[in-house]
Amino acid sequence: MLPSNLWREIPQRYRLEAVFCPKCSTTYFPPRELCTECGSRELEKKKLPTKGKLVTYTVIHTPPKGFELYTPYIVGLVRLEDGTHITAQITDADPNKLDLDVDVEAVIRKVKENGREGPIYYGYKFRPILNANGAPERKC
Amino acid sequence: MRKVAVIGVGMVKVDHHWKESLRSLFTKAAINALEDAGNPDVEALYVGNMSAGQFNKQENLAPMLADALGLGSKPSLRVEEGCSSGAAALYMALKDVASGMHDFVLVGGVEKMMDTTTSDATFIISTVTDQEYEAFTGLSLAGINAMVMRLYMKKFGVKRESFAKFVVQMHENASKNPYAQFPFKISLDKALNSAPVAEPIHLMDCAPIGDGAAALIICPAEKAKEFTSDQVDIVGAWKANDTFLFHMRKDFLSLKATIEASRNAYDMANITPEDVDVAEVHDSFSIAGILAIEDLGFVRKGEGWMAVEEGLISLDGEIPINPSGGLKARGHPIGATGIYQAAEIVLQLRGDAGKRQVPDARIGLSHNTSGFGTSAIVHVFKAK
Ligand SMILES: [Zn+2]
Repeated sequence: MLPSNLWREIPQRYRLEAVFCPKCSTTYFPPRELCTECGSRELEKKKLPTKGKLVTYTVIHTPPKGFELYTPYIVGLVRLEDGTHITAQITDADPNKLDLDVDVEAVIRKVKENGREGPIYYGYKFRPILNANGAPERKC
Repeated sequence: MRKVAVIGVGMVKVDHHWKESLRSLFTKAAINALEDAGNPDVEALYVGNMSAGQFNKQENLAPMLADALGLGSKPSLRVEEGCSSGAAALYMALKDVASGMHDFVLVGGVEKMMDTTTSDATFIISTVTDQEYEAFTGLSLAGINAMVMRLYMKKFGVKRESFAKFVVQMHENASKNPYAQFPFKISLDKALNSAPVAEPIHLMDCAPIGDGAAALIICPAEKAKEFTSDQVDIVGAWKANDTFLFHMRKDFLSLKATIEASRNAYDMANITPEDVDVAEVHDSFSIAGILAIEDLGFVRKGEGWMAVEEGLISLDGEIPINPSGGLKARGHPIGATGIYQAAEIVLQLRGDAGKRQVPDARIGLSHNTSGFGTSAIVHVFKAK
């Protein structure tokens, strides 16, 4: 595939750019052209918070093609501080010590390589926020 | 709208059909359906297929399969709706006959998945999810189901054993189905202890990949008696969608598309969930089967796993689920699955389901979804 699909997603993948509907206060990630809650077509750019909580996760052992080199890896559903949800890999975490509701923060990481000549894809991942003892933080 | 009946069903066993092509597989199922109906003159063809382009590098299926069947210049169309392509083809064919446009229509589904490797197939299946914001992260369709399963287990205090019991029941049913890919029973221990795919989902929680094709012949109800004494009418049908991205859902434990499609289909059929005698539900993963039982209205939210534990879903239970063995054990050749489900319900309502016959089945339902519930199609059938 040509790298155009990589390039056009850069604002979302590198900076967590979303859109916000001022009429009904809904946030959309990824950005979209209209508000599906109230129908408004006047949405504003918004940068998402970079911290949140892990709602649920899976540890992938049988990957789709292209991710064979990275197994096992964790993919999770994160609820950010503003209530927006995002799907992302959870990195720097031991799957056996992970739990629901741990605090996580966004980092930029390599997502995958596309063959020897293809572009390397980077993007957001989330990692557990550790407390002073090196254990995952879980403020309830 | 005219009332529509099913007058013929045809299937091939779901299997690794190394010797069959996409074309021969579909043609064999279609011939079985035509012979079952008494060979009416078919006026049009609909075929459900998810991704022959990716699995077999073959597009333009409708003219290819119409040609193989000797339908000449008659209208033929392929319908794609991810994992529910089969039910989507039936939904379109139904409207065709109900509207009066055609009388006798052949509607089938086919998928030939075994010519690819597991990692290719896992990727192709993941193309039913959002490529840029789900598949991009390395998330598979099993992975989305797994995230939901983990939440479900936590919220309702359920262990993996309960899901494994669903799998054991599917194999038990499939052991009585000659068309099933896995026609044998398995132990609870085997269902529970297999390799992890996307934790907490293990291999035995997943529907297999396989090759298969199935077909139906439908016509106006008033013309059906010329061809069969075991007429089954399609009395309700609806398709509904949910947010395409899973993370945009307001409730991660409910299949909203299933709730809406089934409620509209029940209204059209003038029935309630309690009236359904037998159902074929979309159990692509054990968690998906449990959620379907709840969201179709057979039990309350959070009680699907109990229905399994208490035997309510067995062939002689209160609400028999997947007498065919379901996607799990009958098999899930993706674009054909919705037609296999409908064919099973028709056999059940005719009383032709052999050893897996549900006693006194009069009203049946088929439920086919796409992605993780991004859409759902429900059909309701009634014995005449
Ligand atoms: Zn709005």
